[in-house]
Amino acid sequence: MAGGSSIDVLGQFELHSVFGGLGDALHFSQSPVYMMLAVVLVLAFLYFGMRPAAVVPGRFQAAAEVCYEFIRNMAIDTIGPEGASFFPFIFTLFFFILAGNYLGLLPFSYTFTSHIAVTFALAMMVFVLTVVVSLKVQGIRFFAHFMPAGASLALAPLLIPIEILSFLSRPVSLSIRLFANMVAGHVMFEIFASFVIMLAGFGVVGDVFAIGPIAINVALVALELLVGVLQAYVFAILTCIYLREAVAH
Amino acid sequence: MSEDKNDSFLSRLKAAERRSGLKTEDDTKESADDKDGQSLATLALRAGTEMISALIVGVCIGWGLDKWLHTRAIFLIIFALLGGGAGVLNVWRLVKPPPV
Repeated sequence: MAGGSSIDVLGQFELHSVFGGLGDALHFSQSPVYMMLAVVLVLAFLYFGMRPAAVVPGRFQAAAEVCYEFIRNMAIDTIGPEGASFFPFIFTLFFFILAGNYLGLLPFSYTFTSHIAVTFALAMMVFVLTVVVSLKVQGIRFFAHFMPAGASLALAPLLIPIEILSFLSRPVSLSIRLFANMVAGHVMFEIFASFVIMLAGFGVVGDVFAIGPIAINVALVALELLVGVLQAYVFAILTCIYLREAVAH
Repeated sequence: MSEDKNDSFLSRLKAAERRSGLKTEDDTKESADDKDGQSLATLALRAGTEMISALIVGVCIGWGLDKWLHTRAIFLIIFALLGGGAGVLNVWRLVKPPPV
């Protein structure tokens, strides 16, 4: 990807159609392939993990149960008793994003969460859900939230637009956070990997100095493993917080 | 009875950890600092995105209204300012102390 002395850091995010002519005709790129792979992996993990259904779980079943209970507790602790009905949605969201982030860390793979189109679609899904739930639970009183309690009426023309804009900025910040973190991580990988290739052109001295960028990349993999789970968690917990506000009377 | 057993296990575990030098007082303090630093960096990153995203929404709405109503830039100016205000409000919601 690094051609000669120039570093092409964004080439890794380009979409190409896969599966030959059929893929070309359908505009079927790597992104949906990896999405399907993520879905299949998560489903397989839960299906094969829970298949023994043992009272005393084995390692695999224990892992599946820990994942289930972790998200379930998060949903119910954050949203309240109503959280149980949103738990499947939050579970799906968390593990879809987590699988996407981690699949992207494999060599030669592709990170679908590094595209704003994908993360914004996920965030809009959350946003529309919260608005629908708010309108259903609170009815017309939902709009009263746009006027801060206790503020003077003279300030209303200024405060209400700001509150509305603040509310509308939620899906944007939700999607930008995930997308920016993923892009930044993968760009850093590419930059340090390119340094190694460039240094290889300088003979023995370059070979010695190339240890530096390689060591940094190894550390970056550890950081990206943390960022991947952290961003999935942040996305899920913010969804929970928005839903808690929606179901509050 | 089982609770007793559990208690004795926990105390034995703690003693064993101290013996092997796995967990000292300094160690726990350091990890707490680490966690603080981590959350501070995360908070700073979140504050940045909150601010930018409100501004983006404001600019988009302003630009769209201008295009629709054929007014050049008046709504863009108004909504960019409102978006900046909303960004500050977002950051304030993020960092404000919890209600007492």
